[in-house]
Amino acid sequence: MIKPWNTIAQKPRKSHYRWLIYTALAAVYIWAFAGIPFSGIKETAVMITKSIVTGILSPDWGFVYLPEGEDLLRGLLETVAISILGTVISSVLCLPLAFWAAVNMSGSRFISGSGKMVLSFIRAIPEIVLALMFIKAVGPGSFAGVLALGLHSVGMLGKLFADEVENMDKGPVEALLSSGANRLQILWFAVIPQVLPGFLSYMLYRFEINMRSATILGVIGAGGIGTPLIFALSTRNWDRVGIILLGIVILITIIDLLSGAIRRRLV
Amino acid sequence: MNRKAAATIQPKPPRRLKHYLTGAIVVLLLWGSSVQTEATIGELVEGFPNMFDLLKEMFPPKWTYFDNIVGAMLETIRMAIVGTTVGALMAIPIALLCASNLNKSPWLRHSVRLILNLIRTVPDLLLAAIFVAIVGIGPLPGTLALSVFSFGLIAKLTYEALEAIDRGPLEAMTSVGANGVQRILFAVVPQIQAHFMSFALYTFEINVRAAAVLGLVGAGGIGHYYEITLGFLEYDKTSVIIVFTLAIVLLIDYASTKLREKLL
Repeated sequence: MIKPWNTIAQKPRKSHYRWLIYTALAAVYIWAFAGIPFSGIKETAVMITKSIVTGILSPDWGFVYLPEGEDLLRGLLETVAISILGTVISSVLCLPLAFWAAVNMSGSRFISGSGKMVLSFIRAIPEIVLALMFIKAVGPGSFAGVLALGLHSVGMLGKLFADEVENMDKGPVEALLSSGANRLQILWFAVIPQVLPGFLSYMLYRFEINMRSATILGVIGAGGIGTPLIFALSTRNWDRVGIILLGIVILITIIDLLSGAIRRRLV
Repeated sequence: MNRKAAATIQPKPPRRLKHYLTGAIVVLLLWGSSVQTEATIGELVEGFPNMFDLLKEMFPPKWTYFDNIVGAMLETIRMAIVGTTVGALMAIPIALLCASNLNKSPWLRHSVRLILNLIRTVPDLLLAAIFVAIVGIGPLPGTLALSVFSFGLIAKLTYEALEAIDRGPLEAMTSVGANGVQRILFAVVPQIQAHFMSFALYTFEINVRAAAVLGLVGAGGIGHYYEITLGFLEYDKTSVIIVFTLAIVLLIDYASTKLREKLL
């Protein structure tokens, strides 16, 4: 039956569940907002905000380079070094895990599933907690930061690498297999050439993330620019906080631009 | 004769110089980095037994400690919920300002985007450290830090989604004479709301992970207990915190992923 043109279309009926969901959401929000003490802000808050802003506007340029060390440039350089080493260590460590977790390499769904589980467990431990533990092992300093980033990044890189291996074209592998190549030859001539650009691109992406992590590792004493920053914050040296923040923002912007440009050429 | 010469010319293998140079630069970077961080294999070998001692002391976890940290864990989740919500609400107008199909002034659009990019370069823990200096210790600075962080992330994801919406409804609304607010309410919101919710949930997942460590700088949540237990060398308690955080994070990730699949 064709409806006459002048009937009004009925609105779709809403389900009764909707109200239940809204009520539950409202309850969660009331619970959440009630627990955060919005009062109790220090009276000095406005003043400190002002001094941080003036600190950023009139940074302590003298801190950029100090002949006796512990200056901004060296701190930033150390931060970059930590994230480079952390990224490289993790990409080496994650290779076996990635092939374990890739379903077309390990063969069975069960084995690859267990590999993926291990990776997601590693990913769930924050790098800063790992850094705390490595500080106990190798002492405070940037080496603990390197190890923490190296271990934590394994989780994400391993998963991305495994996805890359799973999306690989099977043709070259089968061609080599049919011409009698052994496993090592297949890996070298069929698998590696296909996955290498993807691997490098993910490494650079992880490097960008590690740069951000490396700037905060110093907060707990694992090296990098975080150490002078937390020191400047606790001694209320706002001009120095300003120059360090400025340095971090500029460095990360430059690294993002560089790494993005290289990644576009890779893939 | 020309032909003959052409037949004998062997194709040259591709130049390798570029690859060798790239390799050399990478090795140089690695060498420089290890000098800068004073990272040596020897130190790792020396430190490795300590690591094992640490792991040994972490087992078996002291499960009774669980009761002490439930409150802090709930606070962590609260901070993530409030931070994500506040950030998401702030992100809406800014995302509308950044989208090139809704805001025709390129000057305003690019300056807002630049500020967004700058905000996203500051890691959440640094924001928390700054907010602790401003408002004092407690869950409030953590929530503020998460709000700012979520704002940067959600605003970026949303404006990119906004630029990809279908132009049809917008043009239809314009042609029937709708004003700016009507255009946004009836042509933009229905297209974007599912994406927006999905981005907010995704940010919530990230925020739960982030909130779990914010306590290290005094910004509330469970992170504070890492310092307490590690400071008193009670590693069996630390492992309880790690396992508990892991369980909560995985649970929330699972629930949020399922919800997002339903939304889109």
